[in-house]
Amino acid sequence: MINFSYTIWILIIPIFMFLLLGLLGMKFKPIISGVLGTIGLGVVMLLSYYAAYQYFFQLPRIDDAYQQILAHNITWLNLSASLQIKMGVFIDPISVMMLVVVSTVSFMVHLYSIGYMKGEKGFQRFFAFLSLFTFSMLGLVVATNIFQMYIFWELVGVSSFLLIGFYYERPSAVAASKKAFIVTRFADLGFLVGILLLSYYTKSFDFLNITGPVGIEVTRNLTQTFLGMSVATWALLLIFMGGAGKSAMFPLHIWLPDAMEGPTPVSALIHAATMVVAGVYLVARLFPLYAFAAPDALTVIAYVGGFTSLFAAVIACTQFDIKRVLAFSTLSQIGYMMLALGVSGYGGEKGLGYMASMFHLFTHAMFKALLFLGAGSIIHAVHSNYMNEMGGLRKYLPITHLTFLIACLTIAGLFPLSGFWSKDEILVAAYEHNKLLFVVEYLVAGLTAFYMFRLYFRVFWNKEPHYHHKPHESPLVMTIPLMFLAVASIFTGFLPFSQMVTSDRLPFESETNLMIAIPSVAIGLVGIFIAFLLYKKDNVLVGKIVTGLGGIYTTIYNKFYIDEVYMFVTKKIIFNLISRPVAWFDRHVVDGFMNGIAGVTVLASRKIKGAQSGQLQHYAFFFVLGAIAFALIFIYLWQ
Amino acid sequence: MERYGIPLEGFLVISTAMFFIGIYGFLVRKNLITMLMSIELILNSVNINFVAFNSYLFPENMQGNFFALIVVAIAAAEASVAIALIINIYRRFSNIEVENIDEMKY
Repeated sequence: MINFSYTIWILIIPIFMFLLLGLLGMKFKPIISGVLGTIGLGVVMLLSYYAAYQYFFQLPRIDDAYQQILAHNITWLNLSASLQIKMGVFIDPISVMMLVVVSTVSFMVHLYSIGYMKGEKGFQRFFAFLSLFTFSMLGLVVATNIFQMYIFWELVGVSSFLLIGFYYERPSAVAASKKAFIVTRFADLGFLVGILLLSYYTKSFDFLNITGPVGIEVTRNLTQTFLGMSVATWALLLIFMGGAGKSAMFPLHIWLPDAMEGPTPVSALIHAATMVVAGVYLVARLFPLYAFAAPDALTVIAYVGGFTSLFAAVIACTQFDIKRVLAFSTLSQIGYMMLALGVSGYGGEKGLGYMASMFHLFTHAMFKALLFLGAGSIIHAVHSNYMNEMGGLRKYLPITHLTFLIACLTIAGLFPLSGFWSKDEILVAAYEHNKLLFVVEYLVAGLTAFYMFRLYFRVFWNKEPHYHHKPHESPLVMTIPLMFLAVASIFTGFLPFSQMVTSDRLPFESETNLMIAIPSVAIGLVGIFIAFLLYKKDNVLVGKIVTGLGGIYTTIYNKFYIDEVYMFVTKKIIFNLISRPVAWFDRHVVDGFMNGIAGVTVLASRKIKGAQSGQLQHYAFFFVLGAIAFALIFIYLWQ
Repeated sequence: MERYGIPLEGFLVISTAMFFIGIYGFLVRKNLITMLMSIELILNSVNINFVAFNSYLFPENMQGNFFALIVVAIAAAEASVAIALIINIYRRFSNIEVENIDEMKY
């Protein structure tokens, strides 16, 4: 029997590092705290790898299915006999896979940050927050029950807030961190209501129960409906709302582009590879419920994912801030994952979408972290986020250039890089289920190749602007993570995912469908070719296209004015029509009543304070009068 | 019952008269020393009551008499404190008129 109890250290080490660096960080030299945090994460990474090795290769399977193991499950809050909240470590294929993803990317980002954040004020604080984030994310991943997941979900939100607002002296960073927190928190309201609904009917928080046969049976047979939808659909849609907030699905995506105000390693860790896929992970975690009890909710997820991926890819083609291009690309790729889940069925070959989604999550984490870290390296060299101020950087940044190129080719889905394999599976799953969504995703694949290579050619080729000082390659501590992730991006595609991570935990054979693989590579090449024509050198055609598109271009460039719509709804409608009257009522009626009482007291005391003259004999006189009055009253009553 | 040819009411009349004379003095006189003397009158009128009631109503007991003694002792202590206060007031205000000491108000 293989024992997984050591996996608790995967959680203990990061939280210990957070406390150590958070409380005593200022006592250490910055470099020491950075190295400490990195070593801690390195240990966590090795433990995760070991756990994955044991789980996938050593643990015997039961009826060919991977086991679900509760490595730890302690009662954390014992509210009543029927309401207990537990905390623990849950081991199953997706949680093990996420452990590997989170710890790998987090370790790479820690290592990279030692170089990137060198000399920054608050270096220790940065590493403390990184550890806090890693702890929360790992806790979310291994949650044994939906309530534990919710708690860590919020912790992840808080650490994201702290890290986006890391440069708290910059007003834009503060605004972005608040925006991210408020938007995701708003979405989490739906999540909480969904949890309550679901656990009310299934009488349990534990994933083993609610996604097991009993939970599925209960949720399937719910007869209650509300506004024409069954309660199960409502609950799962509300839970998806929480996931959509974290994963920045349309229309809750507005926080992610602004979150790029945070330091670039943070963007790589939180806003590309780990936290933003939490929503995908959540849906995958509850997937049996979605598949059996609420297929309508799955359809919604598929369309939301498909729309977001198209929407974000279109915007990404027009942005100039390289981090924002990557942010929209992240949105688009997460849209892919959501869509794959949405078109998936349960079990065996039908669960292809599920497998593809998890596969894409895995490969995307690697190549998107690589892209962000590469962008960080570029920003480090040029001191600007804008691609107009870059160009011809391939001479100055050879390693960054090469790794960035690999990442771009990967995300464009070229054979045989990892992005090709996972994206291909998603396209196959979409093709089998919904032709419309397939066409959308097929287009998005082309757009992805186009905007990534627009970025690539614009930054590394094109005309060289006048640099204030010569850009130089980043130190080794930053390029090693780049190289590692580049290798991962190339080779993770060969992992036999359909043997390991599937909807029913039974392995199945998946094969590449040439009918889809060849056209998808072809459209990727077309996108690259167009980008090559337009951006390899300065091309007058670009300006002509922009002016030709006119209003359409401005609309896209301004992200379809979604932010403005939100501002209009919140500021003009909610503030003016609801908040202001309520504030008026509070200020004038509620406060007015209390102020009135206080005012009357003040007035009365002003009138009678003259009686307190300071003259001793006056007081004595009243005292005597009072005594006499009492005496008279008592004598009168005595009779 | 009479003692020394004087009825109990006689003592009570004297005591009441002294009490109200003391009250009157305390309320009307402006000199702190005189006011202190008025307080002594009030206290001693009570003493007379104690002694008179004790010897007329409960001649076999002594509590009233002892209580009067305690009051005398307390009055002495109180007088010493009061005079100390008056001396300090005199040092500060250069007189002992009670009307001048009116700073402790609202």
